[in-house]
Amino acid sequence: MVDHLLYFLLAVSVFFTLGIFFSIFYFAIRYRRRSESEIPPKVEGVMSLEVAWTAIPFGLTMIMFFWGASVFFTISRPPDDAQQIYVVGKQWMWKLQHMEGQREINELHIPVGQAVKLTMTSEDVIHDFFVPAFRTKADVLPGRYTTAWFKPTKPGKYHIFCSQYCGTKHSAMIGWVYVMEPQEYQAWLSGGATGSLASSGEKLFQDLACANCHHLKDKGRCPDLRNLFGSTVPLSDGTSVKADEAYIRESILSPAAKIVAGYQPIMPTFQGLVTEEGVLQLIEYIKSLTPKPGAQTSGVGAGAPRQKISKR
Amino acid sequence: MDSHVETLALREQFETPAQQKEASTLGMWIFLVTEIMFFGGMFLAYAVYRSIYPNVFSTASNTLNVVIGAVNTGVLLCSSFTMVLAVRSAQIGNRKALIVFLILTMLFGGVFLGVKAYEWNEKFVEHHVPGPTFHLEGTPMQGQAQLFFSLYFAMTGVHALHMVVGVGIMLVLLFQAYAGKYTPDYYTPVDVGGLYWHFVDIIWIFLFPLLYLIGRHHH
Amino acid sequence: MITVAAQERQNYLNESYGIKSWLLTKDHKRIGLLYLGTITFFFFLGGIFATLIRLELLTPKGDLVAPDTYNKLFTLHGVIMVFFFLIPSIPATLGNFFLPIMIGAKDLAFPRINLLSWYLLVIGGCFGMYAMLAGGVDTGWTFYVPYSSTYSNTYVIATGLGIFIAGFSSILTGLNFIVTVHRMRAPGMTWFRMPLFVWSNYATALIQVLGTPVIAITLVLLICERSLHIGIFDPARGGDPVLFQHLFWFYSHPAVYIMVLPGMGIISELVSTFSKKAVFGYKFVAFSSVAIAVLGFLVWGHHMFVSGQSVYAGLVFSFLSYFVAIPSAIKVFNWTATLYKGSISYATPMLYAFGFIGLFTVGGLTGLFVACLGIDVHVHDTYFVIAHFHYIMVGGTLMAYLGGLHYWWPKISGRMYPEGFAKLSALTVYLGFNLTFFPQFILGYLGMPRRYWQYPDEFQVLHVMSTAGASVLAVGYLMPLIYFTWSLRYGAIAGPNPWGATGLEWQTSSPPPAHNFEETPIVTTEAYDYAALEAAKVG
Repeated sequence: MVDHLLYFLLAVSVFFTLGIFFSIFYFAIRYRRRSESEIPPKVEGVMSLEVAWTAIPFGLTMIMFFWGASVFFTISRPPDDAQQIYVVGKQWMWKLQHMEGQREINELHIPVGQAVKLTMTSEDVIHDFFVPAFRTKADVLPGRYTTAWFKPTKPGKYHIFCSQYCGTKHSAMIGWVYVMEPQEYQAWLSGGATGSLASSGEKLFQDLACANCHHLKDKGRCPDLRNLFGSTVPLSDGTSVKADEAYIRESILSPAAKIVAGYQPIMPTFQGLVTEEGVLQLIEYIKSLTPKPGAQTSGVGAGAPRQKISKR
Repeated sequence: MDSHVETLALREQFETPAQQKEASTLGMWIFLVTEIMFFGGMFLAYAVYRSIYPNVFSTASNTLNVVIGAVNTGVLLCSSFTMVLAVRSAQIGNRKALIVFLILTMLFGGVFLGVKAYEWNEKFVEHHVPGPTFHLEGTPMQGQAQLFFSLYFAMTGVHALHMVVGVGIMLVLLFQAYAGKYTPDYYTPVDVGGLYWHFVDIIWIFLFPLLYLIGRHHH
Repeated sequence: MITVAAQERQNYLNESYGIKSWLLTKDHKRIGLLYLGTITFFFFLGGIFATLIRLELLTPKGDLVAPDTYNKLFTLHGVIMVFFFLIPSIPATLGNFFLPIMIGAKDLAFPRINLLSWYLLVIGGCFGMYAMLAGGVDTGWTFYVPYSSTYSNTYVIATGLGIFIAGFSSILTGLNFIVTVHRMRAPGMTWFRMPLFVWSNYATALIQVLGTPVIAITLVLLICERSLHIGIFDPARGGDPVLFQHLFWFYSHPAVYIMVLPGMGIISELVSTFSKKAVFGYKFVAFSSVAIAVLGFLVWGHHMFVSGQSVYAGLVFSFLSYFVAIPSAIKVFNWTATLYKGSISYATPMLYAFGFIGLFTVGGLTGLFVACLGIDVHVHDTYFVIAHFHYIMVGGTLMAYLGGLHYWWPKISGRMYPEGFAKLSALTVYLGFNLTFFPQFILGYLGMPRRYWQYPDEFQVLHVMSTAGASVLAVGYLMPLIYFTWSLRYGAIAGPNPWGATGLEWQTSSPPPAHNFEETPIVTTEAYDYAALEAAKVG
């Protein structure tokens, strides 16, 4: 998809490059100076020519823009059925977590034909997760989540590069994506899971005593986390916010930033008490408290094979 | 040969004194535009963070002393007035008045700087200086509160630096005025120095409400 | 035939001697030469870093230098080439020398500020040299936070200060040029009679004046963040690292137009002189320069398509980026049209002009690739981008600069350079350049990221080609250094107008007198009026 766009630009570029090169070549030879005293005729500017060579390039560039923008929209919008993978970048390695609980370092095993959505953050400086074969790239920022998605169509081994300079071992912060046939992937999954992300998150939820306030059985002093994920939350200042991953992360690390309407600002911050991976596990757990419609279940227990949806 | 004896009013590279005056004035205006862009970066950062953290910024802003800020604003406005009078004096050739008004402008500038120093000291005592000893009452978001004060010190600091330079310029003008260098035919440095002074004043006119007056009407 | 007696006439070079007469000069021509020395030094220094980079990249493993050293190499290469070579280059040397003469003025509006500009560049350079010698800086010339504010252990502050100071050099030069063009044109020199080189420098000056202060304050904030830990870009305290990127690129994108616009101005002069024809579509070219300056301020976010900024911001910036491409295209077409029915000479400056037009076309077209949202996701931060901007900066600006140096050398020095050697070196530069940088487009498309000390084996062949090209390129750059120096003593004496060009600079002697003209010129002809020049000769 990206490549078709590229070929179009390549064609336009080659056309104009050759056009200019040949024009110069031709004029330079045809009109070369034959004597020092010759005076060339005065050639008045031609308005129609100016308009033409302004309008035509403009038209071509607008095609490039609209086509590129539409490709970009596709690149920026993960499909709903995308399998979630969490990525934490740090100097100088990639830590990846599957929802089923598998942790990988600098490697990502995924099944062919299944869309994958990456939710990523950094523990230190800005990195960038780049898989050239999938035409995928996104910066990975500290303090924020960024996302990218792709759908592999051919089994194989593909480079992962860090492509935002991040210090000494920037060029060593590389790895591989292993795209496997679905059966191989299942086999790989069942070897070595330590419990899904959501169940790790549940354990953290107990360990950090979140359950003391967030009762999950009734409304207490604290907002109910059941059915929270994806809903719209009214805040004490009259605005409202969508309860997405970023909101949950902020609520854990910087709870005073947004207070839910009708509640007191009594939640302490967990900055320093939980790692980025821990936050991601808690997010997965909280997601599991909101049942999803349809065939997907996210979270507790080893996942069933992902459904393949045909459109990107 | 087209060359002439170089005087203050007609430097070598210019054809007429009028050309020189126009060039100098245009030059100062362009310089002031660069200053707007320079301060602009900080104003932008302030605007961005204020829109993200309105409550914290409001809380922090309320700890600034509005009365002192207003007094300083008045002081600067007076200094701009005396500056205008200085330029006028130069224009009509009144050397004594020019000297008096230059001194008054410098005095007002000095008062402004002194008051600023007092304010900054207050902030230091109240532990509002960003750093390990920072603490702002009334909000758990200490990091973001530090942002406000970092920008406060950066913006008022860079402004104060420009004031100091301005006072220095006034001093140079004063010496030149004392030596009788300015006449109704040539007082461009006073004119152009005045432009600079007014500009520094105007920056403060923007800084004051943006930094001191957020959300004051709430209580 | 020029007699020896004419050569001994007083000119700006021999009217006073001694180091004080140079270090305290107010003469824009001498200041231009002071700059020439300074930026030539920085060019070769930056070139040494480039050489080391290309040598390391001959092999996939990092085996020449340590990774931290490599990171310092590419940072210093970028910082020196951008801030201490390219930004000053053409305006401060050729612009300083020729802008006043071209509009019939005796000097710039503010000669002492002009000298101050040079000192500021030197002082800024000293800070940069200190940082380099004390241990270097490894943040990349883009200084992204939080790496540069919190994690890097190198001389970020010294380098930042050096760039800050050099930035004021740029601002003051721009200020000087704007006032000069507005207020000091000779009688009859209307805006549309000015040479296009003046228009380009004017448009450049607009950018210098409006853009540079923003990077100044950005560096100040970075230095405060690094030394005082104020938290303005620190996410843990509510700061936003992407804000730094916005502030940085708000200057650094227009900066690339500071770098290329003066070069385009030179090309207009060269194409005209060596076709003996007025530039086709003069007004279009003039307005295009200003359009590029204005539009250039609106597109900075195209460096940040994958930075986490919103999709909608990306759309706006991509859209506007295509607008800024159009005026450049207009210029290329107009230059090419100028050749039609001209009387075309193949003197060295013209060879450089041909090289520029071709390479700038490639560079500009590949800009369309990176402006394209769908494609940039793939090629951002890869060698594709490196190739793109080197085609413009080196294939473009540097070629134009060399072309301009050759063109105006007789006027500056009173001597001709050796034409045979010069043609050879132009060809060497052209071939070396393409061999160095064209493979990098392919490398980038295949996924080779930027700023990599080591790389996967499959990229090696292209890297070897690139390094081979770089060695040829280096030879091409050393040759002018040698023969220009040689020509100062042994070059043929040049007359006032060896090229038969229009323009006021060719109406005065080579080298010009200290005050540029014996008498203030009165301008009655249009720009590039070769018929009038011919008539004046005969009459």
